[in-house]
Amino acid sequence: MTRTNYTIALMGNPNTGKSTLFNVLTGLRQHTGNWPGKTVIRAEGEFAHRGATYRIVDLPGTYSLYSNSADEEVARDFLLFERPDLTIVVVDATALERNLNLALQVLEITGRVIVAVNLMDEAKKKGILINSKKLENKLGVPVVPISARNKEGIDKLMNTVDAMVRGRIKTNPLSIQYSPEIEQAISKLMPNIRETVGDAYPARWIALRLLDGDTSLLAALKQPPQRDTKEEGAYACCGSVESI
Amino acid sequence: MLAADRSNRFDRLLEEAQTLTPADTREQIVTAIFQTSAALCRECVTHRHNVKRDRTEQIDRIVTSKRWGFPIMLALLAAVLYMTIAGANVFSDSLARLFGTVETYLTMAFQAIHAPDWLHGLIVLGLYRGTAAVVSVMLPPMAIFFPLFALLENYGYLPRVAFNMDRLFKKTGAHGKQSLTMAMGFGCNAAAIMSTRIIESPRERMLAILTNNFVPCNGRWPTLILLSSLFMAAGYTGGWNTLVTAAVVVAMVLFGIIVTLAVSWILSKTALRGIPTHYTLELPPYRRPKIMETIIRATLDKSLYVLKRAVTVAAPAAILTWVLGNVHVGDTTVLAYLADGLDPFAKVLGLDGYILLAFILGLPANEIVFPILLMGYLSAGALTEVDGLSSLKQILLDHGWTWLTALNMMLFSLLHYPCGTTLVNIYKETKSVKWTFVAFALPTAIAIMVTFATAQLARWLGLV
Repeated sequence: MTRTNYTIALMGNPNTGKSTLFNVLTGLRQHTGNWPGKTVIRAEGEFAHRGATYRIVDLPGTYSLYSNSADEEVARDFLLFERPDLTIVVVDATALERNLNLALQVLEITGRVIVAVNLMDEAKKKGILINSKKLENKLGVPVVPISARNKEGIDKLMNTVDAMVRGRIKTNPLSIQYSPEIEQAISKLMPNIRETVGDAYPARWIALRLLDGDTSLLAALKQPPQRDTKEEGAYACCGSVESI
Repeated sequence: MLAADRSNRFDRLLEEAQTLTPADTREQIVTAIFQTSAALCRECVTHRHNVKRDRTEQIDRIVTSKRWGFPIMLALLAAVLYMTIAGANVFSDSLARLFGTVETYLTMAFQAIHAPDWLHGLIVLGLYRGTAAVVSVMLPPMAIFFPLFALLENYGYLPRVAFNMDRLFKKTGAHGKQSLTMAMGFGCNAAAIMSTRIIESPRERMLAILTNNFVPCNGRWPTLILLSSLFMAAGYTGGWNTLVTAAVVVAMVLFGIIVTLAVSWILSKTALRGIPTHYTLELPPYRRPKIMETIIRATLDKSLYVLKRAVTVAAPAAILTWVLGNVHVGDTTVLAYLADGLDPFAKVLGLDGYILLAFILGLPANEIVFPILLMGYLSAGALTEVDGLSSLKQILLDHGWTWLTALNMMLFSLLHYPCGTTLVNIYKETKSVKWTFVAFALPTAIAIMVTFATAQLARWLGLV
């Protein structure tokens, strides 16, 4: 029997148009706005495509997965513990370099990723050309250029989603090469980590976090949160800053 | 696996990891990620020639460089202040003369309707004269300073200030974004307290809240500029006078920033220990602001807002001060009685009782501190009208002011407790009486210590 229900996580830096894409996909009207931190609690919606139903979760925008703030922990925990079938990382075409930092970190956790390069229209206006085929080869996961605001590239994105959950696309995520010092430490830690957490979690990434002394991650791993719990809006404090 | 067993294994893993960790692990990890992103972009992204974008990058290469960042920042601030001071002198005198003329007519009107003396005193000598003093003294610097500052802000310079300061804040153990909230504090501390929400970690946010007060806000700029122009450049004439005045105000701002950094550093080593978190600071492209619109908006919104606040709070305060100054207890007025009570302590700080009383009565808003002081002095017998800066200086001199009094009032204004509105916001944001009290007591203690030190030093060196 083939599955027909899938979960998709939507990730990305603040203000890259995640919520706009979310609205386009689900037909919902999540509030969007042109400032970072608009999505303060995680929003969920559904859409159907080619006979499958997708639950899509719009995570708060983050710059990293380093457990610096409640938002980043929410995003990290979702990837680790709720293990979505697919993660769409939305990156801003006009600031690709900065946005890729997060995409690369997500690739360290999971290979089931599609990178959606949003704001292509704006990039074009600014004279920025992105070779998405080349980027796709380098990253080892599908890269789809879109303009969520103009509903461009959405069909291709949905078809890629479909192909991916049905196993028609195999990914080979890029693995960041660290300094020899760190690579050595990682390989020393890996066997022990595999033994402790099994195959459930990305061992290489956990090794990195341990080397970094990320105690918040450790606490989360010791006490994995209940799956599918709806969180409260306790970290909802990212309103716009009133100008003076 | 049992939860406890699992937990132990994790702890052992972390221990093992810590023994393998190079000192700059985080740095190395972040660098590797950044380099990978950069390499990817070099291969996959091409920029068509684009003048606008290039310009922003070119400008940023200079204004955020290690060598030129700070000198440019200080030069811009000095230039803005120079223009403010030079322009305000002209304005202030003519404005004061205008108010003086109106006062004569008002007095004549009161005489014409045979109004009792106390009513004339309350309305004209208290309310009107006090309000007029506020307007003529404070409006000119504001009407020049705010539009200039707003132009810089709208052009996109403030994020660059934050970028330059970022390095220093990280060194003190605070969050780089604190430089952004500090920059907002130059406008209004109360609003800046709200803006600390952009700092995620509660520890770093508290640092930003507790130290925001050390940069001068709208309500304090006029006091600093005014006192500096009256006392700090007395020996100079013409352009030099203005330049020295501006330099002193720049020095005040620098000192405020140094105190901010020092207090952040001490707190992050003691009560608010921790390591600074990483973040990305976005530098928006420079945009040429709509110049006329910015000037008009800044003048109308900011100047009038501050002035309205000053007048609405100052008007009742003017009446209160007049009443306190005219109700006698024995052979002295209530005002003089209170000021005399504070005087011994104030003298130790290089101030006097009236100044301290003005700061205390001025808790609701920094804008009214100087006006209250002026009213206090005026009600205490000196019946001159304030018709311009020279007579204002004479009033202060008559009350025994020296350059040290002016310097210490500037320092006290820069460092003392936040205004009432800011304190309310601090309580709303922290939901903690304890931290709100700290936000009140810490700056006050620093203000007292610093003014005490300068006063004692100046006296010991025989400078006054």
